[in-house]
Amino acid sequence: MKIERVLSRQRSQRIALGLLLLATAAVTIPVLVILLQIVVRGAGAIDWGFLTQNPSQAGKAGGIFPALVGTFYLMVGTIIFALPIGVSAGIYLAEYAPKNWLTRAINMAIMSLAGVPSIVYGLFGLAVFVLALDFGMSLLAASLTLACQALAMTITTSREAIIAVPREYREGSLAIGVTKWQTIRHVVLPQARPGIITGAVLAMSRAAGETAPILVVGAAFFLPGLPSSPFDQFMALPYHLYTVAAHVPGMPKGTVWGVALVLLAVVLFFNVLATIIRLRTRQRR
Amino acid sequence: MCRWDRRKRRRNRAILTKRSVSPGAAEGLDNGLRRRWRWGEKVVEGWVFLAGLLAIAVLLGIIVLLAKEGLPIFSHTPPWEFLWGTKWYPVSDPPTFGIMPFFVATIMVTLVATAIAVPVGVGCAAYLAEVASPRVRETVKPIVELLAGIPSVVMGLIGLMLLSPLIQSMFDLNTGLCGLTAAIMLAMMSLPVIVSVSEDALRAVPEEFKEASYALGATKWETIRHVCIPAAVSGIAAAVMLGVGRAIGETMTVLMVAGGALAVPHSPTDSMMPMTAAIASGIGNAVRGGLQYQALFAIGLTLFIMTLAINLIADWVLERQKRKYAR
Repeated sequence: MKIERVLSRQRSQRIALGLLLLATAAVTIPVLVILLQIVVRGAGAIDWGFLTQNPSQAGKAGGIFPALVGTFYLMVGTIIFALPIGVSAGIYLAEYAPKNWLTRAINMAIMSLAGVPSIVYGLFGLAVFVLALDFGMSLLAASLTLACQALAMTITTSREAIIAVPREYREGSLAIGVTKWQTIRHVVLPQARPGIITGAVLAMSRAAGETAPILVVGAAFFLPGLPSSPFDQFMALPYHLYTVAAHVPGMPKGTVWGVALVLLAVVLFFNVLATIIRLRTRQRR
Repeated sequence: MCRWDRRKRRRNRAILTKRSVSPGAAEGLDNGLRRRWRWGEKVVEGWVFLAGLLAIAVLLGIIVLLAKEGLPIFSHTPPWEFLWGTKWYPVSDPPTFGIMPFFVATIMVTLVATAIAVPVGVGCAAYLAEVASPRVRETVKPIVELLAGIPSVVMGLIGLMLLSPLIQSMFDLNTGLCGLTAAIMLAMMSLPVIVSVSEDALRAVPEEFKEASYALGATKWETIRHVCIPAAVSGIAAAVMLGVGRAIGETMTVLMVAGGALAVPHSPTDSMMPMTAAIASGIGNAVRGGLQYQALFAIGLTLFIMTLAINLIADWVLERQKRKYAR
């Protein structure tokens, strides 16, 4: 009797753990299938011309060069605005902020910003940057919109990186009569740099893949040339992918997968870069 | 600035001036330098404070703008009709704006996605936290992070090209572009946050709890089922809420995959248009300040309030969980 119960307990244990393994497989295997499918189906479309030519016939022929460049501009534009402010706010929260209601409010605002849907950032950007400030449907408006979205992430990663710097470093510096800001500037920030860069790179990767906000603030589907100033319209990879996948009839499938593969390669390249930076610093410490 | 901080600064200054410095010639230079430093310190402190305030400013800006651009619609369509109306005809004469179809679509897609993602995600988290060997863990975690990195438009493409034909033939539908297809893709997209937050919650359960359970003769599964999961339940709940927030706010995937029908959906296999997709597909044609433009901003406001509430509750639950086992 007792032995039977032990056996059945062990059997239910085996079944349950099997189910947990199954759940893990259900998370990982689709990811690998998706990546494999995109690589296999998209690789055929990619050659030098695809990456360096302008599109023609509504994207059915030619390449994706302007979209690639546009996405690069967007990433740079986003980080130019989001990083300095993100790091400054991170410094404030980690080093200066007193423990009061205002600091709590700032932290709560950051947490809330991280959860705001991307389409809502799009509406915000449309109302503020495109219409109120009259930047028009431009690279600048889109960069500022994406920067607002990236802000929560750059602030959080900078704050955490700065907090992680050991107290002794600061005390050592203050003890020799150095001021607080000089300590932060010359002691704390160099130590926190890898963490801050990791966050910045991740934010750039996010900006490269984001579609909904630039759909609202007006990326162009087709432009004859590259944008020549921040006030020009622009093409971007994710928006290009959306249009060729959903709106161009008779689109060759290979080309669509090719665009997807390039976009994925750009985004994952920056993701992996961030991981490498993080792992290398962890090893060093 | 609070009084406490000012007092601290005064004390620091006292320490600075009391500090024994080299007498004589160095003194004059030192004073000048110190004054310049103090001025620079103030500027820096002011600047980083402003940067911190910007986070609040952006959040308030979003609220104010959504309200300013969206609320005027209620002088055309009363809030009641806006929320409960089932007809969205922005360009007919007279136009009607009822967001019930979008609202139901959002709820339906989110519920189905959550029903799929929660058992899979929590199961995976339990496996990673309690069962998996370090090597398996180190392999699976990067893959989950990779999933989080895939752009939503690429997930939309996968749903459009690969999953929807499959769903169409499996359920014998006219089109595979329906709520169910969108929900499956959304479930995948909310998995990374569910897995990582639940795993953290499970790992935070004190080792003593498990040891006590093993000492009583419980098997590994019984320990997970009756000790680990109950102890981590609030963290897991927060993980689920964050996943739900992600699913409600996701735009591109539902825009490409859910079908886009304007009627109130009756089953997950109907073609439908969640709120995010309604905004994305309508905003291009809306005239600035026009009724449709206002109505779309009002949808945005509704969406914002829903996600904000979910995230605030999740944050509150996580904070409580953290304090529970803090030592």
